[in-house]
Amino acid sequence: MSEVAMSDTVLRPSEATSRAAITRRLKVSDNVFRILTRSAALFVLAILSGVILSLMIGSMPAIQAFGFSFVITEVWNPVTEKFGALAPIYGTLVTSIIAMAIAVPVGLMIAFFLTELCPMWLRRPIGIAIELLAGIPSIIYGIWGLFVFAPFLQQHIQPFLIAAFGNIPILSSVFEGPPYGIGMLTAGLILAIMVLPFITSISRDVFDAVPPVLKEAAYGVGCTTWEVFKHVILPYTRVGVIGGVMLGLGRALGETMAVTFVIGNAHKVSASILAPGTTISATIANEFTEAVGDLYTSSLIELGLILFVITFIVLACARYMLMRIEKRIG
Amino acid sequence: MKFTKIALTAAVLVASSCAALAGDISGAGATFPYPVYAKWADAYKKETGIGLNYQSIGSGGGIKQIKAKTVTFGASDAPLPGKELDDAGLAQFPMVMGGIVPVVNLEGFKPGELTIDGPTLAKMFLGDIKKWDDPAIAKLNPSAKLPAQAIALVHRSDGSGTTYNFTYYLSDVSPDWKSKVGTNTAVQWPAGIGAKGNEGVANNVAQTKGSLGYVEYAYAKQNKLTYTKMINKAGKAVLPTSEAFQAAAANADWKSQPGYGVILANQPGDQSWPMTAATWILLYKKPADAVATGEALKFFAWSHAKGAKMAEDLDYVPMPANVVADIQKMWASDIKDANGKPLFALTH
Repeated sequence: MSEVAMSDTVLRPSEATSRAAITRRLKVSDNVFRILTRSAALFVLAILSGVILSLMIGSMPAIQAFGFSFVITEVWNPVTEKFGALAPIYGTLVTSIIAMAIAVPVGLMIAFFLTELCPMWLRRPIGIAIELLAGIPSIIYGIWGLFVFAPFLQQHIQPFLIAAFGNIPILSSVFEGPPYGIGMLTAGLILAIMVLPFITSISRDVFDAVPPVLKEAAYGVGCTTWEVFKHVILPYTRVGVIGGVMLGLGRALGETMAVTFVIGNAHKVSASILAPGTTISATIANEFTEAVGDLYTSSLIELGLILFVITFIVLACARYMLMRIEKRIG
Repeated sequence: MKFTKIALTAAVLVASSCAALAGDISGAGATFPYPVYAKWADAYKKETGIGLNYQSIGSGGGIKQIKAKTVTFGASDAPLPGKELDDAGLAQFPMVMGGIVPVVNLEGFKPGELTIDGPTLAKMFLGDIKKWDDPAIAKLNPSAKLPAQAIALVHRSDGSGTTYNFTYYLSDVSPDWKSKVGTNTAVQWPAGIGAKGNEGVANNVAQTKGSLGYVEYAYAKQNKLTYTKMINKAGKAVLPTSEAFQAAAANADWKSQPGYGVILANQPGDQSWPMTAATWILLYKKPADAVATGEALKFFAWSHAKGAKMAEDLDYVPMPANVVADIQKMWASDIKDANGKPLFALTH
């Protein structure tokens, strides 16, 4: 490109034809590049629609057999081939809610501490530790959860929760039952640890991008650190923060291996978060290999379709929320 | 230039990997016998140079793969019914056996010190018996000091042949279990927590006080778990030992079901362990690739002849000699190539 540009200034008639040739060649390469990038982008669409289509075809027998009652039935009985997705859907949502309820505030606090309050020498170690947390494979979380974390919860935390909330209505049924160690709470806590790095590192990056002059101005008119965080940094970075939260939520909804280890894998809807439950992805991972019979396999595929739909709804909600905020603020 | 180099390397790689696979036997299915198949395959390769590529993807997967004809043989922990075998043109025979044992975590109890019978075990897994000092358990263990502890049930969360055989036994001894839960690779458990794999159940039982679960015998032994004695069909209390598993197999009437599809649960005989389980091989009677099936039969025959010790080392139980002779006779008469020539010749 640069050679062409330079030759522009000293163009002689004999070179005019070669210039045209070069431009033509460049045009061709530009076209090729455009087609390549476009087909790469279209490829994503093709894969996505392929996945949706095969999920739909695969779940057809189950959809025909159970209809809408599939999503509101708790029964999951491979012997009589009666299947309902209520327990896995419930487990998926409850564990994700627990995970986000913990990971979002903690993640934002870590990010704010790292960008605003942390002494310089401590920033790198904490930052690297957070990134390492993201690099641990989920099977490690699962094994650690089962061997170390669950027994700890069983012996120390769960008996305390059961005793502390035992006499309070509503809460007593949320923290009810024998302390198994594994269950929906354990799965939610493990998920919280797993999604924490996503939320933290993205929030840290966007907090860093806040122009210092805004913060300095706020401090200058006498804002406290909390007020700067609430009124300056968060509003300025909301798009990025929500993006990070959604990324974390996406992982929490779909996480399989770690959850399978610690959730207890029981097809039950229980009010107590200490009780064993199951999630959509855990059910598929557990049962797909040995699922004999078309209806059984098809029901598992329909579970996958439901997870797809849930994820889609969550993403759509996030987009909508962002749009509303943007419109309001202008 | 660079591209041609890469393409060439790729071509060479593909060619060489194809060459390596050409002589190998391919199979897929049950996870339960995988360790012993792997050990046999290793020894067989050293002796003959022919390898076995076995994917332990689960019984359900094995049945699907053999029906799709992507593998030479399929392996399943649950036998296929006769009609399904005939429809698909498959031959089925048991390859190796193992025992399933109830395991408990009770303070003060050593392996084999607690005795349970089938109906009581079913009631415990149904959630009807909730505490360890229940009269039904106390009656079977008059001298034992049973704690007033809640029973924490642990079952398999993944579909599994172990669950199939375990629930088959419970259905056999308890009409209640049969009507409420039934038999399958995965069932709707009335109570308890699910753990993935034999190792998952073993770990959960080891960690949870007052727990009760079921695992393959090998896992109970390796994890030093407290297994129980069982009252068998003859009313005798037996310990889970290789001899007790073999007794169950010897007493079984293998001819009574098509494709030797006899579930070894609750077999007669004073010595028989009530929860013995076999695992099956599925082969086409008229395979498209007769050479590959012939090689697979050679491998199985070699395992019959020389694999017994290796199986026992891994706490599996080899098939009794009379059953092996019968299976090989079936191969010689039933499994043929396109011209109707048998793929397996009896040596004696």
